[in-house]
Amino acid sequence: MTAVAAAAGTADRRLARRKRADRLFRGLGLVATGLVGGVLLLILAVIVWKGLPALNLDMFTRTPRGGYYIGREGGILNAIVGSALLGLGATAAAFFLSLPLALFLNIYRSRTSRFATFTRFSLDVLWGVPSIVYGAFGFIIMAALGLRASLLAGIITVALLEFPIMTRAMDEVVRLVPRELLDASYSVGATRLETAFKVAARQCAPGILTGVLIAFGRGVGDAASVLFTAGYTDRVPASLFQPAATLPLAIFFQIGTPYPEVQQRAYASAVVLTVLVLAISLIGRSFSRRYRKTVVR
Amino acid sequence: MVLRQDKVHISVRNLNVSYGGLAVLRDINLDVPARKTTVIIGPSGCGKTTLLKSMNRLLDGIEDVKIEGEVLVDGENIYDPAAEVTLVRRKMGLLSQKPQVLPMSIYDNVAYGPRIHGERDRRRLDRVVEDHLKLAGLWDEVKDRLHQPASNLSLGQQQRLCLARGLAVEPEIILGDEPTSALDPASSQNVERRLGELKKDYTVVIVTHILRQARRVADYIAFLYLGELVEHGPADEVFSAPKDPRTRAYLTGEIS
Amino acid sequence: MRYFLDRSARRLFPLLAGFPGFVVLLIAAGLFFRSRAIVLTRPLSKLLFASAWLPSKGEFGFLPFIAGTMYVTVVAVILALPVSLLAAAYLSECAPRRLRGLAATVIDVLAGLPSVIFGVWGVLVVVPAVGALAGLFGAASSGYSVLAGAVVLAVMISPTVMHIILEVFSSIPASLREASLALGATRWETTRRVVLRKAAPGIIAATVLGFSRAFGETIAVLMVVGNVAVIPRSPFDPGYPLPALIANNYGEMMSVPMYDAALMFAALILLVVVIVSNVLARRVLVRLERRAA
Repeated sequence: MTAVAAAAGTADRRLARRKRADRLFRGLGLVATGLVGGVLLLILAVIVWKGLPALNLDMFTRTPRGGYYIGREGGILNAIVGSALLGLGATAAAFFLSLPLALFLNIYRSRTSRFATFTRFSLDVLWGVPSIVYGAFGFIIMAALGLRASLLAGIITVALLEFPIMTRAMDEVVRLVPRELLDASYSVGATRLETAFKVAARQCAPGILTGVLIAFGRGVGDAASVLFTAGYTDRVPASLFQPAATLPLAIFFQIGTPYPEVQQRAYASAVVLTVLVLAISLIGRSFSRRYRKTVVR
Repeated sequence: MVLRQDKVHISVRNLNVSYGGLAVLRDINLDVPARKTTVIIGPSGCGKTTLLKSMNRLLDGIEDVKIEGEVLVDGENIYDPAAEVTLVRRKMGLLSQKPQVLPMSIYDNVAYGPRIHGERDRRRLDRVVEDHLKLAGLWDEVKDRLHQPASNLSLGQQQRLCLARGLAVEPEIILGDEPTSALDPASSQNVERRLGELKKDYTVVIVTHILRQARRVADYIAFLYLGELVEHGPADEVFSAPKDPRTRAYLTGEIS
Repeated sequence: MRYFLDRSARRLFPLLAGFPGFVVLLIAAGLFFRSRAIVLTRPLSKLLFASAWLPSKGEFGFLPFIAGTMYVTVVAVILALPVSLLAAAYLSECAPRRLRGLAATVIDVLAGLPSVIFGVWGVLVVVPAVGALAGLFGAASSGYSVLAGAVVLAVMISPTVMHIILEVFSSIPASLREASLALGATRWETTRRVVLRKAAPGIIAATVLGFSRAFGETIAVLMVVGNVAVIPRSPFDPGYPLPALIANNYGEMMSVPMYDAALMFAALILLVVVIVSNVLARRVLVRLERRAA
């Protein structure tokens, strides 16, 4: 073999090796991506497989009889109502703090002011706090206020949990409001307050709604924060000061039991919770997609 | 077209390019002569960059792109499914509008190409780096800091580094996409001068919207308007006696 | 009237803006205050590094729980990072746009799933699988183990990690990739030598954030990790992470003296670790964002 041909041969082999490496990357990458998607499908499949047979009208309309851990009759109405009340209450409470704060950070202060940076930093910190720590803190507040494990205590704790999530989501959309739009409002004589609520908020309404939904989904699905604070019961809460069952805890407390009827309640709760959170996720996404198309630029 | 004494290096035949159904290049037939500087001029958005990128198959990665036709380099169609893309690209060096230095040291930037293609010998790499930095006119300015990050260089220096990097794989053709429009006047002049000196050994194809630059460097001009190749020929012919009214309108500034 | 509202708002808003910072301080202070019974009476090193956990005797050695948390978290990150990075690299560099959109939806959905749901899945699928795997290795395990916890955690943090890495990748300009491809490099070579290098700080930040998220995760891990208070010696051994300690024992909190202080201290440790890692990671990401702008 001449030197040239030999050199060409090595070059060919090298090229083949490079192309093999490239193909390997693509193959492994596809596998990794498939793995992620596959795991999601697996999780959903397991939940549906176990939970679907447990769903019937009774499940939705009755509370557990004979104690939630061992009672063999009844359904998950306690958890459904409890989660609904807790979620709505906490989300509303967080909303009244988050929206003004998000508007304030972007309209009353420039993006780069030190105050705004410090506030955003604190929000970041709060965002990262584990929910069990919120639960422990909620417990401290309960003790300080003389509350017992109740719907109210749960609402306070979950509101604190949702607050940074909601604020951050809202902040991200409000910050996109163009300066010119605000100026247009000021130039007709509107005050900052009016501009904030009537112009900016309206402009970002879908994005704000998405933020609310995301936070609600997170709050309603969290178990660690309500573990100490909302208590658990097999009754539907009749007042803010009574303990409230929640779907996540319904799953957590009832799944380990040896009684299949009780386990059924856990799986039913799991399906309901999953469907709820999935629906919120997808609705939220479709809102934000539509929002991005209609924003004034 | 191409003067008889000049050999044809790149030949674009019936090239049609569209992005997601929108036609960007229509029926382009262009011969690029070897060892001459061909400048593609035309108003912005008319497909100049697309035409340039079609020559080294950089359009391949774009979503929804449809390419029909042939681009022959040294007689071989680079869009033939059997053609090896990495080798096609190696024949051409690309200089982008905004200097894109790789996130590594100056030395590693220049050595990047040769290393990819298999060069491992340290001494040979040292030589390659030095030779090509000299060719790009950057050696004296960086020879003491070869291993510092390339991002520390000024914009003009970065562009010359990109030139050195592109030359290090020993291409035959240099493609330039508005190579000086992001640079200050002094660096622009510098880069233009380098490209002028390289013309003797390389085929150069440049896209520019600066007519004066075209006048300075072009041997051949190709005028692209709304995706069509309106006129093509030796530079002095096109500039002094354009055949197409659209060319005349662009040269006099009526359309831009 | 309008001006009155505006002026009151202007005065109220700074209070509102101080609220987050106030809450952070309040949480830290509250936890410290409630844990003072043991923090102020025992040297910190004894608390953190002793392994005897006998609350009825007043001995609170947190080492088994800290070790358990570290073990589970580190293994989770080791499991999650390669898959997340590879999938994100594939999606960003090679995949068609439609696949990328679909993947974004999948990631968002996974990220929103409640912790308990992962726990249920863990109990039904992961625990038996780990038990079987242990059998293959000759180790006896019920499946409730550090490994099961790590697998569940890995699945939980992957969406977050992937999301951040994908954002970092998309902030890298296309022309940089083009510059590498124009020299004749393959997609893999471009990804490895150019894209990953440029993205390295962001990838590290994503990893730290994933670590932080896994460190504080409670319910899902609790359901599969075994909850035995010894330092785990192998991945098939059960473990007892800090969050699980708090969650499992809140009932006994009030009956055993100083138990509540101990649990509050555990929460305090969690808070400190999570805050520190979060802040570090966010700093890196913000700096990246600013550079890309």
